[in-house]
Amino acid sequence: MQSLTNRSKIVSNKKMTFSERIYLVAIIKGMFITIQHFFKKKVTLDYPKMKKPVVANYRGQHILKRDDQGAERCTACGLCAVACPAEAITMVAAERIKGEENLYREEKYASMYEINMLRCIFCGLCEEACPKEAIFLTDMIVSPDQQRDKFIYGKDILVEKMDKRYDTSKRQTHLLEK
Amino acid sequence: MEVELIFKISLVIVMFAISLGIAAYATYGERKFAAWFQDRMGPSNAGPWGLLQPIADGGKMFFKEDFIPAASEKFLFILAPCIAMLTALMTSAVIPWTTNVVIMGQILSVQVADLDIGILYVLGFVSIGVYGIMIGGWSSNNKYSLMGAVRASSQMISYELAMGLSLLAIIIMTGSLGLREIVDGQTGSFLGFLPNWNVFKQPLGFLLFLICAFAETNRAPFDLPECETELVGGYHTEYSSMKLGFFLFAEYINMFISSAVIATVYFGGYHFPYLNRMISDPNMLAAAGFAVFFAKIFFFLFLYMWVRWTLPRFRYDQLMHLGWKTLIPVAVINLLLTGAVMILKDYL
Repeated sequence: MQSLTNRSKIVSNKKMTFSERIYLVAIIKGMFITIQHFFKKKVTLDYPKMKKPVVANYRGQHILKRDDQGAERCTACGLCAVACPAEAITMVAAERIKGEENLYREEKYASMYEINMLRCIFCGLCEEACPKEAIFLTDMIVSPDQQRDKFIYGKDILVEKMDKRYDTSKRQTHLLEK
Repeated sequence: MEVELIFKISLVIVMFAISLGIAAYATYGERKFAAWFQDRMGPSNAGPWGLLQPIADGGKMFFKEDFIPAASEKFLFILAPCIAMLTALMTSAVIPWTTNVVIMGQILSVQVADLDIGILYVLGFVSIGVYGIMIGGWSSNNKYSLMGAVRASSQMISYELAMGLSLLAIIIMTGSLGLREIVDGQTGSFLGFLPNWNVFKQPLGFLLFLICAFAETNRAPFDLPECETELVGGYHTEYSSMKLGFFLFAEYINMFISSAVIATVYFGGYHFPYLNRMISDPNMLAAAGFAVFFAKIFFFLFLYMWVRWTLPRFRYDQLMHLGWKTLIPVAVINLLLTGAVMILKDYL
């Protein structure tokens, strides 16, 4: 009978020869294979101590930038929330009052700004949509946790600390275009 | 006399410490080598390169809950790991570690007891060792443990025969049961270019002995008594804390001792070609011999691990088939050939 595919194999049940039956050759062959693995370079990366190098525009945890005077750039326009395909971003806008000029750059700001890191797909569309250069993705990794509500990052985590500023110059696309 | 007594006592203590130390670091070596054979890294966090791992493991063993099942035979349950450990440690008493040393004008042999039935002593204690496993498995009152114990005892009985028969060939050749005589019969050269080690005169006997040694120490591919895929943990399923630690430790000590016996009987023990011609000072020679002997032991310890991470476990009927229908007939033929050659040698 002609086979439908040519992938079938003929099973042979032939008697083993003496050298095959004592298995010693097969054992030595097997041991030769394992000793080769013994001396192979290991591919393991000792993760928390060592990290893989990432590209400059790696899309990890978000940051809300401040300007050089320390005022928040975000004006709560909501374009990032609109752009977000996973609907991970929520915000509440508020009006700046007198005396807060050093905190917020423009008259409107986000009094609440939350990103749900479990919903976020790290596509970077929020970064693209932002007209104020306020939100960026960084090479930081979202740290694991045991409760789901711990993954909703508020302004306390997202807003850049002035003593630990994050360099986003490589990601500021309009600067690169110039 | 006093010098000798102090020397022997300190030798006992040193050998005890070395046995325990090597057993502890054999667990580390096993884990590390297992990892390397499987393209992994192995323990690396406790100390540099994970070197403190055995200490951490031992500490963990002590602090675990020491659980004795209510249905178990309590006295025997406690006795079993003690027997396993005791017999494992006692076997090393007859092994000649190196050449004689000279201390304060006295020639002392570096061997705890030079029994003229040394090799029988080793075989005897190895077969008492199975009582630890058997009693442990039986007293646990657990089906898996009992299965492991039954397997261990029948495996030991089956393979001890072939082991004894392959050793008999050596005894015929050497004419002595003492390990010191067996080692000292392996000086010089064989066929002009090989060292006069028994492995070159008895290659078949060596292979048989090696296979039986794997079976006697319950190492893969003969680790059916603790076969975790079928029997949970085998004879030590119900054991916890340091009692379990004793069983595991005893296994590694047995590995060390059997490596030492293989090196002694088949690989010339502390002898190495040209060693005694290069070094004249007896104490320096003893130190060099000790190092050579341990290099050989470490090679066999490595071989144990190498085989474990290469070969799959036997099925039980295959194990019995190999033991009774293959190894014993081959060992008998080997013995007969050796005897015939020894008789013919007298006529030539």
